[in-house]
Amino acid sequence: MQQSPGWHGLANPHRFQRVSALILPWLMAAALGFLAAGLFIGLVVAPPDYLQGPSVRIMYVHVPAAWLSLGGYLGMAIAALAARVWRHPLADLSVRAIAPVGAAFAAVCLLTGSLWGRPTWGTWWVWDGRLTSMLVLFLLYLGVIALAHAYEDRSRGDRAAGLLAIVGVINLPIIKYSVEWWNTLHQPASIRLSGSTIHADMLQPLLLSAVGFALLFAGVVLMRMRALIAAQKKAVRLRRKAALADAGA
Amino acid sequence: MTLPALLARLVARDLARAVARPAEALLPPLFFLLVAILFAFALGGEAGLLARVAGGVLWVAALLASLLPVAGLYAADWADGTLDQLAVRGIAPETLAAARLLASALLLLLPLLAVLVPALLLLGVDPRGAGPLAGALALGGLGLAALANMVGALTLGARGGGGLVALLLVPLALPVLIFGAGLEAAGAPRLLAAAVLLLVALSPLVAGTALRLARG
Amino acid sequence: MNQLPFIIAAYAVALVVLGGLTLSSFLWMRRAEREEE
Repeated sequence: MQQSPGWHGLANPHRFQRVSALILPWLMAAALGFLAAGLFIGLVVAPPDYLQGPSVRIMYVHVPAAWLSLGGYLGMAIAALAARVWRHPLADLSVRAIAPVGAAFAAVCLLTGSLWGRPTWGTWWVWDGRLTSMLVLFLLYLGVIALAHAYEDRSRGDRAAGLLAIVGVINLPIIKYSVEWWNTLHQPASIRLSGSTIHADMLQPLLLSAVGFALLFAGVVLMRMRALIAAQKKAVRLRRKAALADAGA
Repeated sequence: MTLPALLARLVARDLARAVARPAEALLPPLFFLLVAILFAFALGGEAGLLARVAGGVLWVAALLASLLPVAGLYAADWADGTLDQLAVRGIAPETLAAARLLASALLLLLPLLAVLVPALLLLGVDPRGAGPLAGALALGGLGLAALANMVGALTLGARGGGGLVALLLVPLALPVLIFGAGLEAAGAPRLLAAAVLLLVALSPLVAGTALRLARG
Repeated sequence: MNQLPFIIAAYAVALVVLGGLTLSSFLWMRRAEREEE
């Protein structure tokens, strides 16, 4: 009877479930704390921008979302690489755990970017180098999610999606460069949403909310990993039961 | 058998298959023309406008045409057991992928370049000045074939058909499209060449790995 | 243009999308843990 490698002892996944159960509540509490602090200060306390006015407060959501969606894709690709190189049984699952979270942050970045651009620059969308790159990143995320779900055999989907994520991360700098190049070619002036220099008063809430969102990202990924591992264990148990029933019959 | 001889044998096999069923090879260039015709209808057929957008339209048409063969790229080899046979004989899937890249690039580019002149005429562009465009399309087309090779191997046996293929290929093809269509800008040809070179180098490795993963 | 509605909308979008994601992931985790027993 063939089993996926690494599940014999169930050592690693067990440890993961135990450790994650312990740290998850603290992770989420910390996330909430940092987010409450950062967003409160950003919304109420911090000064409005000299040029843009109060709409700059959207930055405290928009910019961390951009950082995290990018970091998430990188993390996903690294996990996929680890899965291919070291055959770590959890690493393949991480693609399905991370991708929807990263995609959600990318979507938030795009939507808040649009809402920021409308009062500031008058349009709902600009083919700004950074927004356009984020749009492409969002599409790359959708591709990974779609490929992961395109197979009956879930682990086949995870492996293919992981490989796609690696291809994506290699192409990402080139895509970013080509989009910026294209933007300077066709747009009259580069419209930038975030201010050229970030004031110290703005940096504090930005960093606080960035840490909060990062902790939230980690917490949600952890939740999804726990769900995926539990589902996988159940599937293994059912398969074993079926095999025993066949043997007995 | 030496590697070049093996590659030649595999490429010849692909080409022979295409010659035996020419309809499959002729559909992408026909689709290319169809897209150009569609744009003419949609944009109003006025010669000046069409000539201005012709470059961009033809690049989009080429990208869309390159999507057509992707789903079936490795399906036949999977179905008739070729993948298993090659593995049994110790032939790396990367070798098959490299041969598939060469063959599919030829089968995509030659017919495409052949219908380029009619496409240009339909869009009101004088073909005599279209040398640079043809060169860029040929080079970019090689990059698109490299991507199609990767995506075809990655989606082997997947549900989702053309939609999935398009979702995977389009974002990755953007640099080729941007540098290719932005030909009048300084440095564009070199950037296009660099992007295509990277894709061609990656393609057999990624496709080969994907084929290994498919065999489980 | 009064910027306040846009600021509120942006924060609301983040709350709804990320809050919804967190909630659905949490419920999924709970359901999977229950079926594990």
